[in-house]
Amino acid sequence: MTTDHAADMTGHHAADIDKHVKVYISVFVALMVLTIITVAIARVHLPVPIAVGLALLVATVKGSLVACYFMHLISEKKLILAVLVLTGVFFIVLLALPVFTDGNSYGFHEAPPTNAPTEPAASPH
Amino acid sequence: MEIPYTVELRRDTGLTNGKIGIWLFLASEVMLFGALFASYILIRTGAPSWPRGDTILNVPLATFNTIVLITSSITMVMAWASLMRRRFGTYRIYMGLTILLGFVFLVVKYFEYSAKFEHHLYPSTNNFLAIYFTLTGLHMLHVAGGMAVNAYLLGPGAKLWKTNPAWFTNRVENSGLFWHFVDLVWIFLFPTLYLL
Repeated sequence: MTTDHAADMTGHHAADIDKHVKVYISVFVALMVLTIITVAIARVHLPVPIAVGLALLVATVKGSLVACYFMHLISEKKLILAVLVLTGVFFIVLLALPVFTDGNSYGFHEAPPTNAPTEPAASPH
Repeated sequence: MEIPYTVELRRDTGLTNGKIGIWLFLASEVMLFGALFASYILIRTGAPSWPRGDTILNVPLATFNTIVLITSSITMVMAWASLMRRRFGTYRIYMGLTILLGFVFLVVKYFEYSAKFEHHLYPSTNNFLAIYFTLTGLHMLHVAGGMAVNAYLLGPGAKLWKTNPAWFTNRVENSGLFWHFVDLVWIFLFPTLYLL
């Protein structure tokens, strides 16, 4: 009874666990290799935009491996995936809102007109 | 009163209550860390200049800690897999290792923080250090919280294995989900704070 429950509650049958363990070890090795790659990329001293892009790309791959395999998202129920997609949407809104509301601080402001006076108009007094 | 849907699945969600609960909690955690990451990005892009993390922080120690935390993730998942194989003794070894590795992570962070304070580098020193201490400090609290839950599941909480092994296995899985999330956050913190 409890064995059936143990299988049902996780969506994994105990007999499949051996296969899962092999996958976990492969993921672990991949994460270690990717950690070395992350440090190696930083040592090359690439231009900042490229370094940021590459570092985030490697981190995203590592994070996806953890989420998909260690956290079982790859075989998880749709409801949980839906919750995470909704969270992702809110996260993007969270990230975008300050940029839209405070755009002048981040290089989105329009250039001033070329004939605009650079000094304030002289006071009549 | 018995807690419902700890082992059997709810018909409407197809999940146990514990599983949906931990995922909703993790979703809120994504927003918490997401807000801090967003603040970091905005402060950094708005700053006239920004130091490279490796000129201020200790990259070898952080790399070591990354390896420690990733290793703790596999010991955590192996603890759960041991219960699925109904090997309680092996579970205890893996869970003990997970807690030990969490402790090693915190000890390394203690030395990192101490070195910063010795050099009079505080959260109030500049924006970079303010973000560094806020993000890593919050992350450390999560490591400590995960260790506390894991210690409970290794100690007094393990009694449940004798009376309801399926429920206990679910608890370990849910605790593992939190622990992997903490690992996942560090995977992003490490390059963004230390290497860029």
